[in-house]
Amino acid sequence: MMTIPLSWWLTVAAALFSIGVYGALTRKNAIGILMSIELVLNAVNINLVAFWRYIAPHDISGQVFAIVVITVAAAEAVVGLALVLAVFRRRGSAIVEELDILKQ
Amino acid sequence: MFMPSNFDPSQIPLVPIVFWIMTLFTVGGAIGVVSSKKLFHSGLYLVLSFFGVAGYYVLLSAGFMAVVQLMVYVGAIAILILFAVMFSRRPMAAESQANRQWWLGLPLMLVLFVVLVVTVGSVAWPVSGAEPTADTVQQLGVAFLGSYLIPFEVVSVLLSVALIGAIILARGKVEGEETN
Repeated sequence: MMTIPLSWWLTVAAALFSIGVYGALTRKNAIGILMSIELVLNAVNINLVAFWRYIAPHDISGQVFAIVVITVAAAEAVVGLALVLAVFRRRGSAIVEELDILKQ
Repeated sequence: MFMPSNFDPSQIPLVPIVFWIMTLFTVGGAIGVVSSKKLFHSGLYLVLSFFGVAGYYVLLSAGFMAVVQLMVYVGAIAILILFAVMFSRRPMAAESQANRQWWLGLPLMLVLFVVLVVTVGSVAWPVSGAEPTADTVQQLGVAFLGSYLIPFEVVSVLLSVALIGAIILARGKVEGEETN
């Protein structure tokens, strides 16, 4: 079972995290930014569960943290998408560059 | 079917093969999410990526996490995002989804990745060879109702607040109500 070294998991999670950060920085649509943030949170969860499995398999705290992260991610996605829908209804656009009402 | 005489199924390195397939799903799906021209396709790639992460949890012998990943991420969050995409204007329009700063984001992403990988490689992780106990689900339940009771309750309140907040935000204008 331990044929895969811990650093492989961490490297994959780092790749997922970097791709998510890139998407959050460069997507035009607010829903695309939310998707990228979900990728980042998934990368963190892979790290937490991998650390639990390899470093402290008898201490369940790693999975507890990951489940709390999943819950917070669900809450964030729900509120974020409700905000996007409300903004879309009012402005007719979910492009974040066009949401400059606070600048005027 | 032709089989070599010295073929031994137990010699197949099954765990690394599954790991690389799941890596293909996860990282390939993530690249699809951030590079797809159609927003709806981004959402479908996101489902693929979440599915790969669920496979990772199975490989890490965290079965409950895999089930939670499939139910919460694939079953709830991804479907919610796909619905939101369908509500927005022209979800299948093939237009550039990147903003003007994408050329700056690409080297930033690569630098971040290299820094993370170098850091991962330079730390001596205190890996213990121990196997997890079989009843991780029971351990989780005891932890959530024991030493982690306060975070558990806080997260419950957070979920309720998010539920009410989402309803209020997404409800829109109600007939006869003053708009501000």
